[in-house]
Amino acid sequence: MNGPSVNGTKVLRTLAQALLAPLIAVVVSVIVTSIVVVIAGASVSDFWNVILTVPSHRNLVNITNQSSMLFLAALAAAIGFRMNLFNIGVEGQYAVGAFVGAVVAGTGFFPGKLNVVAAVLAAMVAGALWAGIAGLLKVTRGVSEVISTIMLNAIAGTLIGYLLNNHGQQYGQGRRTTPIPESSQLAGWTPWDAVDGSIWTLTILAVLAGLTMSFVISRTRFGFDLRATGQNENAAIASGVKVKRMVLISMLISGAIAGLVWMPALFGQADYYGPPFQHQLGFTGIAVALLGRNRPLGIAFGAVLFAWLSEQANPLALVADISPSIVQITQGVVVLAVVVAYEVVRRWMAAHEQRELKVALGAEARA
Amino acid sequence: MSAAATETPTGGIVVRDILKQFPGVVANHDVNLTIRPATVHALIGENGAGKSTLMKILYGVQKPDGGTIEVDGRPVHFSSPTDAIKVGIGMVFQHFMLADNLTVLENVVLGAEKLFGIGEKARAEIQRISNAYGFGLDPDVLVEGLGVGQRQRVEILKVLYRGAKIIILDEPTAVLVPQEVDALFVNLRELRNSGHSVLFISHKLDEVLAIADDITVMRRGETVGEADPKTATKKQLAELMVGSELPSPETEESTVTDHVLLDLNDVGLVDENDRALLSKISFQIHRGEVLGIAGVEGNGQEELVETIMGMRKGTGTIQLDGKDIASWDTRDRREAGIGFIPADRHRHGLLLDAPLWENRVLGHQTRKPSSNGFLIAAGDAKSDTERIVSEYDVRTPSITTHARALSGGNQQKLIVGREMSGDPVLLIASHPTRGVDVGAQAAIWDHIKRARREGLAVLLISADLDELIGLSDTIEVILRGELVGRFDPRTVTPQDLGEAMTGGKS
Repeated sequence: MNGPSVNGTKVLRTLAQALLAPLIAVVVSVIVTSIVVVIAGASVSDFWNVILTVPSHRNLVNITNQSSMLFLAALAAAIGFRMNLFNIGVEGQYAVGAFVGAVVAGTGFFPGKLNVVAAVLAAMVAGALWAGIAGLLKVTRGVSEVISTIMLNAIAGTLIGYLLNNHGQQYGQGRRTTPIPESSQLAGWTPWDAVDGSIWTLTILAVLAGLTMSFVISRTRFGFDLRATGQNENAAIASGVKVKRMVLISMLISGAIAGLVWMPALFGQADYYGPPFQHQLGFTGIAVALLGRNRPLGIAFGAVLFAWLSEQANPLALVADISPSIVQITQGVVVLAVVVAYEVVRRWMAAHEQRELKVALGAEARA
Repeated sequence: MSAAATETPTGGIVVRDILKQFPGVVANHDVNLTIRPATVHALIGENGAGKSTLMKILYGVQKPDGGTIEVDGRPVHFSSPTDAIKVGIGMVFQHFMLADNLTVLENVVLGAEKLFGIGEKARAEIQRISNAYGFGLDPDVLVEGLGVGQRQRVEILKVLYRGAKIIILDEPTAVLVPQEVDALFVNLRELRNSGHSVLFISHKLDEVLAIADDITVMRRGETVGEADPKTATKKQLAELMVGSELPSPETEESTVTDHVLLDLNDVGLVDENDRALLSKISFQIHRGEVLGIAGVEGNGQEELVETIMGMRKGTGTIQLDGKDIASWDTRDRREAGIGFIPADRHRHGLLLDAPLWENRVLGHQTRKPSSNGFLIAAGDAKSDTERIVSEYDVRTPSITTHARALSGGNQQKLIVGREMSGDPVLLIASHPTRGVDVGAQAAIWDHIKRARREGLAVLLISADLDELIGLSDTIEVILRGELVGRFDPRTVTPQDLGEAMTGGKS
């Protein structure tokens, strides 16, 4: 066989496979969004001008901060998705994690930065336990995790509301947890002027979690078992994987990562759980996970894209006379287009592989 | 050989020399079938014998790569089921395709609205067909209220409504209770008397003998013979189905030792309704011994294998090399040296969308060279996959090719190579050569013989009596989850085995 050229085409093909589908998806979503903008009666060029304009310093800081939280939420969802476990409950898990983290940080039981570590760990444990309920129900009673996590989302909201009402502080119109002591607040990094805001210290959690999960999934035995279960549960069982235990562990890890989602904002800006709490990150995270094909690198790209679109859309109403919500259509279309494009490219590649196999074996047979 | 095959047919279907290839596998070859008009023709064979491929070709779902089909003496070419329906061929699938929330009438006219409309004319036609063949169906009841037998009649009515003269029934009795089977046979006889032909696909020999006018037997993708139901016995049919030629995988001299490696004692298994799937299974396999399990499919073979693998929890004791492994999970058992070639490689043996080297790791996640404890050792796993690819002659462009791209035979060779890695002491081979080409079959037989020479204990399950007789040192026959007979392959005849497999009566 002619080694170098085969290897050459292989590299090219891998590259094409990696880039082709996202490229198709982006092109399709640009076209569809443009059509929607036209239907909405606005100028397509104005719209894209606003979205693609070079972000200001303040915008860049916001995009970075938002990306980190979206990334964590998507990573949490992706862990489950990799083994066909549809954890729709990231929304509730990160709310519970954020609340518990804020309460622990608010008590200031530990001094200074140690308090941050304690709160982050508490948030992870809380998120994990909340997700673990769904995991336990699935392995012991066969309850679909989709149903149980959706219900747990609702329960989480009500439970937190109840606890805030009965044990929280009154603050303005709303209620909140005890603010965290000043010694535990993290100033973050201010790359430009103070008015542009600062990049939260705990955005680093997204980087750490991303690197860790990437390593765990692709290199460890646990990661192999997880992927095998997702690809073919029966074969995984026959190979010795204890699927029930895997389900429980994956739910716990997923919930623990979900617990991290709001930590950057808590210590970087909010200082307490209350009205500034940002909802919906869990659901958006599911879309970002789909967009990133459940791979950490893809998710990172998806998180930045989503954060960019949301942030850049803010002046749309002023400049182009379109509601900023229109970018939600773009976000939705991107996800749909990616899912479809990947499947198309995958089939095309599979057919190509089959042809290549025939050619290779045919040549061998003739030789 | 029935007289029908030599007559010139004046109607019905004649199939000649059908060939159908999938990459690396010949699904059908030299298939010849003559369905006389106004008869019930049974097509029998084990799973994987090529019945469903032939059926799909006759119904236009798949195109043959060679051969001819004639309907009423005229050659036909189908590119879709629509073409098949046009010449009067209708098909009833094993899994019904009915909408529960629609009435019988609505289900029947759905997609055939042009024929008689959707109103009174259609209702009258349905009523007419129902009365003519004794279906007893009310056009206006909801399908959700119907039993399985009635639903099947709705399906048959659907194809008759579309003008079918030839009806293909895929394992129609698999879903029915005995009384419903009798009712179905009454309907089929009515159809036959009114000039319809029926192709009845089954592997239940009693039923075939009860209803068929002609029988064609398929094995390993080809039609291997015809039988006259008036004179044929169940035993003869079973022999035709599983093969009774001289054993081709010849046994070598015995390597059986007196070291008991696997010892099952009174093993039982029940399903969730406490119905016995396995009961009182006891046997021993020694080092260097191949124990073959013969049986008609679905008599507990899969359950036995899965119980030994720890995928199902049964009762009784299982000892591996003197150690009680009943409480061990699947991974412990694999680590103790059990290799497993599953009956369904796509379901239990492979990650189809993963590269070959990751498939090498599967089942060996905890063992060198695939892993070093906590981490997967990709480099070592890859070089060991290269070894398997060359030693076991797996035809693949590279070890990063996805398992899905390989032919069945090459997938199976990869599995055999994997399961023979890591010094196994016991090899469980379930239908190891099913659906593989002849070359791969011979290679896999060689590997099993080598395993035996090297002192492994081998449990071989197969539907192919040639394979069993040729490879085994001892043959046990399984029937309804129990071992019912023990035979020496050097002296046993396929007739003996056939008799034991079907419960002793012909």
